[in-house]
Amino acid sequence: MADLRTDLHAYRTLLTARVRAQTAYRVSFATDVLGTLLVGLTELAEVYVIFHNVPRLGGLTLAEALMLFALANISYSLADMLVGHLDTLPAFIRAGTVDAFYLRPLPLLAQLITSDISLRRFGRLGVGLVTFGIALRINEIGWSGRNVVVVGLAVLSGTAIVAALFVCASALQFFLVDASELTNGLVYGGAYASQNSTQVFPNPLRVLFTYVVPAAFVAYLPTVVLLDLPGATLLPAWLGWCSPLAAAVAWGVALLLWRAGTRHYQGAGG
Amino acid sequence: MSAAPILALDRLTRVFRRRGGDPIRAVDGMTWAVTPGESVGYIGANGAGKSTTIKMLTGILRPTSGTVRTGGLDPLRRRRDVARRVGVVFGQRSQLWWDLPLRESFTILGAIHGLPREQVRRRSATLVEQLEMGDTLDMPVRQLSLGQRMRAEIAAALLHAPELLVLDEPTIGLDVLSKQRLREFLRAERAERGTTLLLTTHDMGDVERLCERILVVDHGNLAFDGSFPALAATVGAERVLVVDLAAPTPPLADVPRTRLLAVEGDGLRQRLAFDATATTAAAVLAAVSARAEVRDLTIEEPGIEDVVRRIYSASR
Repeated sequence: MADLRTDLHAYRTLLTARVRAQTAYRVSFATDVLGTLLVGLTELAEVYVIFHNVPRLGGLTLAEALMLFALANISYSLADMLVGHLDTLPAFIRAGTVDAFYLRPLPLLAQLITSDISLRRFGRLGVGLVTFGIALRINEIGWSGRNVVVVGLAVLSGTAIVAALFVCASALQFFLVDASELTNGLVYGGAYASQNSTQVFPNPLRVLFTYVVPAAFVAYLPTVVLLDLPGATLLPAWLGWCSPLAAAVAWGVALLLWRAGTRHYQGAGG
Repeated sequence: MSAAPILALDRLTRVFRRRGGDPIRAVDGMTWAVTPGESVGYIGANGAGKSTTIKMLTGILRPTSGTVRTGGLDPLRRRRDVARRVGVVFGQRSQLWWDLPLRESFTILGAIHGLPREQVRRRSATLVEQLEMGDTLDMPVRQLSLGQRMRAEIAAALLHAPELLVLDEPTIGLDVLSKQRLREFLRAERAERGTTLLLTTHDMGDVERLCERILVVDHGNLAFDGSFPALAATVGAERVLVVDLAAPTPPLADVPRTRLLAVEGDGLRQRLAFDATATTAAAVLAAVSARAEVRDLTIEEPGIEDVVRRIYSASR
């Protein structure tokens, strides 16, 4: 117990130092936040353009698609802020930083996660939060106890699932240094899929993005529950309540992969 | 040898497999131990297996076969406990935070090791004073000179007062004065706290001035294990005095206890080898000065590669 408290104090100290380092240069920090804000706005514009041309896509109206967009973006930007820098692992391996981490009395993954926190993602998070406010209104969703639970579970599970995808991708880098295309495909492909109605995909892809890469659990399935929408083939509406389970399984797989990755690293040798 | 060894290697072996090539036995069945308080120079040519050994004893690398125990623990299973008891400086990889003032690296490392704030303050103040780093504490690490950074790395590795300090090429690239200061600090640290020291280096000066015991590794095998005088007796402890003279001088072939190696520029520069166990540089210089006016001089020490080569020719 005392050990855990010591470790938590260490992580807090590490993160505080990172926050200070990032905010020390105000102009460059503001520019970075603005940058991710623009990325978020561009993606929002994309949704608007699509629904300007078709009334419904993947079973969703514009109002419903905005809710999906909001939940997906909130979860993605939170996960990206917390663990997005894991994709720099190959650079860390080459620079010997991973070896330096091994010389400290903390778990490697925890050290990598706390080695940075990308506060610039606040820009994109902001876009997600504002869109969420708008979507609540136009969908006429009230703050019932049920809805609060659904939204809370959606954001927690969604963030956890995207973060688990980042950890999986990073773990694979131990085996395939510089195979970042594969990991980009897995993480960013999954994240992109999570912003769309899973119904737009043909059945094989629905299975892939629901039951293999759990992208549908990040935002689409919670949106279906929140807005009381009908389910679809392979995507029953009650599945939306299973997001926490999907998050737990995703983290189980991620940690197993991570352990295999570090074992491979210790076996292959830097 | 009553105390339990702080380092114990038993037939430790590490093989690297290469795609499309023969596997390399970087460490090949090495067996040796270090008792607490010893200072050991671990020397060998590049690629002899020194860094591989260090990575295995800190839990970064898994041995192919054999065992290693650090402080009695298996470094792979008990990596975190080993990390609390060992301080490591890899000459080329930093433990510090580049974009933060040096002071903050000490604070963060203190938190990582779970040290009480007061202890971190006292220990870092002592280290800062002994290593003469007071004026660098508020500078971002990336602005430090190589010598300043190396001292900071060593302070960082010693912050949690480890029993064993492992230094991989600590003096590489340092000027003579910085080297000298660092060696004095390490001697004082050992005298005061009894820290065990394991040091890899290419600098025979480090070995002679810091290490009571020397391990020479070659192609993953232990080629020599003994004291510096014993090493000198095996390979010869010949140094070379190079003198630049004021005027062309006939070959200085008659200086006692020296061997004339070369005469350059009509005798303006002459090279004399002498055995450090039989005479001193000062005695040789005095003898040369009696024969000619000396304008400049340098002393060359044998390189590690030379030493390793001579160990092999001595054993044949």
